Amino acid sequence: MQPDRHEISVSVNGTPYRRSIESRMLLSDFLRHDLLLAGTHVGCEHGVCGACTVLLDGAPIRSCLMLAVQANGHELSTIEGLASNAGELSPVQKAMHDHHGLQCGYCTPGILMTMTAFLKQNPQPSEDEVREVLSGNLCRCTGYQHIVDAMMAAAQAMRAAAP
Amino acid sequence: MTTRFFGAPVKRNEDRKLLTGQALFIDDVELPGMLHAAFLRSQAAHARIARIDVSRALQRPGVVAVYTADDYGDYWQRGPLLVPPPPIPGSVFNLRTQVPLAKDKVRHVGEPLAVVVAESRYIAEDALDDIDVDLEPLPAVIDLEAALRPGSALVHDDLGSNVSAHVHQSKGDYRAAAANAHLVIKRRFAYEHGISSTIETRGVVAHWEARSQHMTIWDTTQAPVFVRNGLAAVLGLGERQVRVIAPFVGGGFGPKIMMFYPEEVALPWISMRLNRPVKWIEDRLEHFFATTHERGQIHDAEIAVAHDGRILGVKDVFLHDGGAYDPYGLTVPINSQCTLLGPYVVPAYDSTFTAVFTNLPIVTPYRGAGRQHGVFVIERLLDLAAHELNIDPAEIRRRNLIPADAFPYKNGIIYQDFSVLEYDSGNYEPVLDQALQAIDYSGFRQEQEKLRAQGRHVGIGIACYVEGTGIGPYEGAKVQVQANGKVSVATGIGTQGQGHFTSFAQIVADQLGVDVTDVDIVTGDTDQFYWGAGTFASRGAVVAGNAVNEASRAVRQKALKLASDAFECAEEDLVLADGKISIVGIPEKFLSLGELARRANPMRGAVKPGTEPGLESTQYFGPPSGATANGVHAMIVEVDPDTFDIRILKYVVVHDCGTVINPLILEGQIHGGVAQGIGNAFYEKLVFDDQGQLLNASLADYLLPTALDVPRMQLGHTVTPSPLNPLGIKGAGEAGAIPVGPLFAQAIEDALQLKEKNVELLEIPLSPSRIFELIKASVP
Repeated sequence: MQPDRHEISVSVNGTPYRRSIESRMLLSDFLRHDLLLAGTHVGCEHGVCGACTVLLDGAPIRSCLMLAVQANGHELSTIEGLASNAGELSPVQKAMHDHHGLQCGYCTPGILMTMTAFLKQNPQPSEDEVREVLSGNLCRCTGYQHIVDAMMAAAQAMRAAAP
Repeated sequence: MTTRFFGAPVKRNEDRKLLTGQALFIDDVELPGMLHAAFLRSQAAHARIARIDVSRALQRPGVVAVYTADDYGDYWQRGPLLVPPPPIPGSVFNLRTQVPLAKDKVRHVGEPLAVVVAESRYIAEDALDDIDVDLEPLPAVIDLEAALRPGSALVHDDLGSNVSAHVHQSKGDYRAAAANAHLVIKRRFAYEHGISSTIETRGVVAHWEARSQHMTIWDTTQAPVFVRNGLAAVLGLGERQVRVIAPFVGGGFGPKIMMFYPEEVALPWISMRLNRPVKWIEDRLEHFFATTHERGQIHDAEIAVAHDGRILGVKDVFLHDGGAYDPYGLTVPINSQCTLLGPYVVPAYDSTFTAVFTNLPIVTPYRGAGRQHGVFVIERLLDLAAHELNIDPAEIRRRNLIPADAFPYKNGIIYQDFSVLEYDSGNYEPVLDQALQAIDYSGFRQEQEKLRAQGRHVGIGIACYVEGTGIGPYEGAKVQVQANGKVSVATGIGTQGQGHFTSFAQIVADQLGVDVTDVDIVTGDTDQFYWGAGTFASRGAVVAGNAVNEASRAVRQKALKLASDAFECAEEDLVLADGKISIVGIPEKFLSLGELARRANPMRGAVKPGTEPGLESTQYFGPPSGATANGVHAMIVEVDPDTFDIRILKYVVVHDCGTVINPLILEGQIHGGVAQGIGNAFYEKLVFDDQGQLLNASLADYLLPTALDVPRMQLGHTVTPSPLNPLGIKGAGEAGAIPVGPLFAQAIEDALQLKEKNVELLEIPLSPSRIFELIKASVP
């Protein structure tokens, strides 16, 4: 059986990539094993845990539930693109560090991507709203409290920095 | 020395890598020419293997090899016994450890039958469907009590029964205690504990390099040194030919200590055979039955109390579901047996357990490791006694606490570390007081009446526990000052998110007068540190932490000696701070640690006899026995009387784990433990049918707590340093998870006033539907 292959072009964190891939390849596998952007993690491969969350044209999606060919022509953002080129952590990353919002760190990439998109959309969330959005990402280590604290602090820092 | 970092909420060194996607996890290992493995797993819980035909799979393009048990030849060996049974007189232990690939018969769903090796994971998984397997089903052994009845099907035919272990331990005279008691209460308790369900599943990468005759294995293990030693032995290699690396591991919680998993045995063998690197990453479905569980126990327990609520004795007979094999010895049921005694004076105790083989996945420790089963029984017995005697639940606990002047307190039975169970230190009553105050126990009772009048169903719970932590045998650490002045530390344990890169660095930084960020910790690489045991039983900070401290102290002494020689002054006249040693009062006269490290490795001259080059030291620490932490949790819940949906309104933890290295990391450990405890108490249950099929093997069906389920927690601490180690540390990893079940049951009973309705909650988990069933069943 000859696998059917497709030529796709995507932009990831502003860098254009062109690859020939099998149509059945998951976007998560494409990012991790073809582009070697392994910061995006895979936890369940059935769309529940949220570890593989990336942004597709700015909106959070589960990269384990999407085929790479479906991303053709789209812009993706992953954890590797969150810090500045000079290495300065984004407000969401920094708040996670400041508030001990991660332990093993495996679910962290998905949480960073989900919350980065959310805080852009809702710069002044209540704790309940943060918890509601965060409930789509499973973390087995932290009990979420420090993540919630980090997100409230990140929102505040982003508001303070806004022009 | 002024302590600067020990005890401070230092932010973590390891965060940056993890926050920027640069930390190496197992599936990030990419090697040229790497192959991918997939395992064909049994879909039957108990069956004879009539035939496995792999010929069609081998024809699929991209498939390199397919192996079954027959291909292993002499390599097919049962796994090792990880923890030998403690020397308890009269105990029975029938050792039947797991096999690397099923031969003749399968004993649980998910047991591997064959392994496919292919050029990609996609192809390997495709080829699983090409393998033809004939299984002849056998009756599945699922129910613990039925498993012990004569005529039951046998998990291990040669054994003649399904008894994995039988242990009796006692102290005092329970029969006399019961005869003299004001009241004896007897109940049956059932406690289920689920699956750790780390967000990262397991994985193995093996790379045999024929030219150098060297094997490198990346493994999501919590015990890399054990895996190195064991695999070297079965592969016929010397330990120095095998390097095991546990990279960043995405959560452990116990099951990642188990060894050998069949995949750990298969991958290195395949790599040697094919002379190519090979990777296997578990998927979530596999994780549900290929990674070990904790599961159920059934306790028939009774408590004998005096009229004032004092415990005179406890008797417990329980069954423990061990699953299909028992590589972990007695650890889980022994923990249940010992931890049941809790923080209380129990003059007479008579406890018997039978561990039972079933056709279900293997049971090994998962955060708490059987302790919560025991805690559930004693806490519920106390609640029942309090109700009968009309004593407040908090008060009956207070009356039974071990008094502060009774430590070290001998409990008279044998613990999992082979020692007689002895609590090294503790001061329990202030912990209870602080918890009652934090939850406003007395204030709540008034509030409760008001809320009840408004038709709201709120209730309170309070539960106490002890946690045996920090057991031996030992850990070690090598601390080395490098020429650039940075300090490198290697230790043999693995790390799965506990913050070792920071807490150990804090210990070093204080001893050597450097910044925490100048200390680089290496864990889980057997080529970096040769000896060790692993990260389990809340022992990393206690045992490895003290080894790091000893090694740092030795390096400090070496540095001071070198500097005193160089300055020709007494060591007492030197000050070590900010990465350099200077003469007291003459800060401009100094030698940096990096310079001292260079001088400690001279190019010419001779290293003096009795000394060694380098500014480094390797030291070991082995505690004489485990340190016992303790705590009290309190909780207020509101229950919807129609749906039985439960909302936690307030959650308090007061905890004593001795000296605290990093309060921020400690908070995180407790938060995470409580979250797992809530999942356990509320709804985490592995549901098997009578054929041994797991009915909820997905994260959409087996629910883990989300940010909406886990409440904000209020933490408090008391500090009773352990006398068993120089730093005074007790472990904290499992504490959060242990007492949540009885707390939950007590608070729900109170909220729904179930005692008045003659409903008792004697089991865990208590999902809304289960509470509904129990209440319905009680209404005539």
